[in-house]
Amino acid sequence: MISDDTAAYTAALAELLLSGEERERAKKDLSEILGYIERMNELDTEGIEPVPFLFPAANVFRGDAVTNKDSREELLANAPDRSGDFFRVPKTVD
Amino acid sequence: MELTELTAAELGRRIRDGRIGVREAVQAQLDVIEARDSRYGCYITVRREEALARADEVQKGIREGRYSSPLAGVPIAVKDNICMRGVRTTCASRMLENFRPPYNAAVIEKLEEAGTVILGKTNMDEFAMGSTTETSFFGAVRNPWDVSRVPGGSSGGSAAAVAAGEAFAALGSDTGGSIRQPSAFCGVTGIKPTYGTVSRYGLIAYASSLDQIGPIARNVEDCAALLEIIAGEDRRDSTSVPGLDHRYRSALSGGVRGMKIGIPKGYFSEGLDEEIKNAVRKAAGELCAQGAEAEEFELEAADYAVPAYYVIASAEASSNLSRYDGVRYGFRAQGCRGLQELCRRTRSEGFGQEVKRRILIGAFVLSSDCYEAYYGKAMKVRTVIRQSFERAFRRYDIVLAPAVPGPAPKLGESLGDPLRMYLGDIYTAAVNLAGLPAISLPCGMDRNGLPIGLQLIGRPFGERELFRAAHSYELARGGCFRPPAGPR
Repeated sequence: MISDDTAAYTAALAELLLSGEERERAKKDLSEILGYIERMNELDTEGIEPVPFLFPAANVFRGDAVTNKDSREELLANAPDRSGDFFRVPKTVD
Repeated sequence: MELTELTAAELGRRIRDGRIGVREAVQAQLDVIEARDSRYGCYITVRREEALARADEVQKGIREGRYSSPLAGVPIAVKDNICMRGVRTTCASRMLENFRPPYNAAVIEKLEEAGTVILGKTNMDEFAMGSTTETSFFGAVRNPWDVSRVPGGSSGGSAAAVAAGEAFAALGSDTGGSIRQPSAFCGVTGIKPTYGTVSRYGLIAYASSLDQIGPIARNVEDCAALLEIIAGEDRRDSTSVPGLDHRYRSALSGGVRGMKIGIPKGYFSEGLDEEIKNAVRKAAGELCAQGAEAEEFELEAADYAVPAYYVIASAEASSNLSRYDGVRYGFRAQGCRGLQELCRRTRSEGFGQEVKRRILIGAFVLSSDCYEAYYGKAMKVRTVIRQSFERAFRRYDIVLAPAVPGPAPKLGESLGDPLRMYLGDIYTAAVNLAGLPAISLPCGMDRNGLPIGLQLIGRPFGERELFRAAHSYELARGGCFRPPAGPR
């Protein structure tokens, strides 16, 4: 079973705030799902490499050339808040 | 037959012959969407005016020889996790409710170069996390065969649109079955290409080592034609693979004589619906009647695919979705003091329940105390599953399996029981872990009149062989696309 401390720590890692009800729900779901996931331990993986690449692949290099045009306005148009050419956020340092 | 029930390839032929105008086709499609979509909810955004204007431009381009692809002039729908410049791209999330990408995904560029008309953006599970399309911020999609049931997910809007006559073909994305499972539930054909076949540039990331874009359509030929358009190396996605043979349409004919088909024994044991079992076995029999040879084998470690999948997918999701912090784009919680509160409240208010659940699982399995036991273990299981398929493909050309273990659930059944929903990925998730290509196509109907899906799995980059087997089965089955006869 996931403890309150673990639930709080995991939520902090995930940058999420959980209401009391959400935390209880998360504890229950995570316990159930992780319990199921732990079935993996039945499989012997001694000596098996955790290979991140699916197929033989060589590193892909390309020149560090700028290919995009200036799209400052389009990018800033999606900003939740802006000030001139800057993204505006709440004050963080006094 | 109504115009909007034609296959995409047939519509393309009639447009090239001049028998149907592009504007006529687009208008007919928009009319059907107008009439039916309030019932099915396939679309989040429909580009009415833009699609009609584009139709005229494409018609001119066809006349002038600029557009010559087999699908030039054909209206196509695109899943709403694929970025299109200036067009709202939401991922079915409050987080991106008003996001207008400043660039096109690689597949959008390719669809436009091929002269297709992009009709709109289809509904999906939020951030592609779900198997029912019920986790969408914009409301659930309904299955056109039975509106009390889900269409599957996460590409549920794309699959339902193709089934309901609301799109000739559509793009979906598949991370653990999100193209194949809704295709099975909606009685249409969908292929997840080999990882690296289609550029992921502009696909909003869920689990980057598993995600792949692919077509959903009314038959195998349409999938081949659409995949031919969207496949190809792209320098902006370094995992896209150069030098592949993308001539899929020419691979369709040729039959299956001498082809060796492996059937994983374990897939037909407990947990599989009896009618699906029989229909899939019958499909294997039909391929054998065409000259293929089939035998059962043990696909080792298959039982551990779903647990390993949920560890890896959730881990990658928690990392990929850490970018949503309310600063540069997307939703922002109001009245926050300081950056941390801004970030945390934005994420808590902007993400839905299933997305938060997976981010939490991901954060947990990646935390320093748990990393080895969960993430490290899952990566090793992934290797074992890949090796297991490698051994199978030394003996067989194609692996044949069901697409899903049961019929489409009723709306609301899955939301309260995430683990049960996850278990529905039992026949699809292993394919993503191994990066393989797999196609789901209809192989019958159950007693309730719901479609049954057959899954064929190919070797890495073996799409041509896969299309040949699928097309051969489709011919043997003898059925062309049938739209649902139910209430519209």
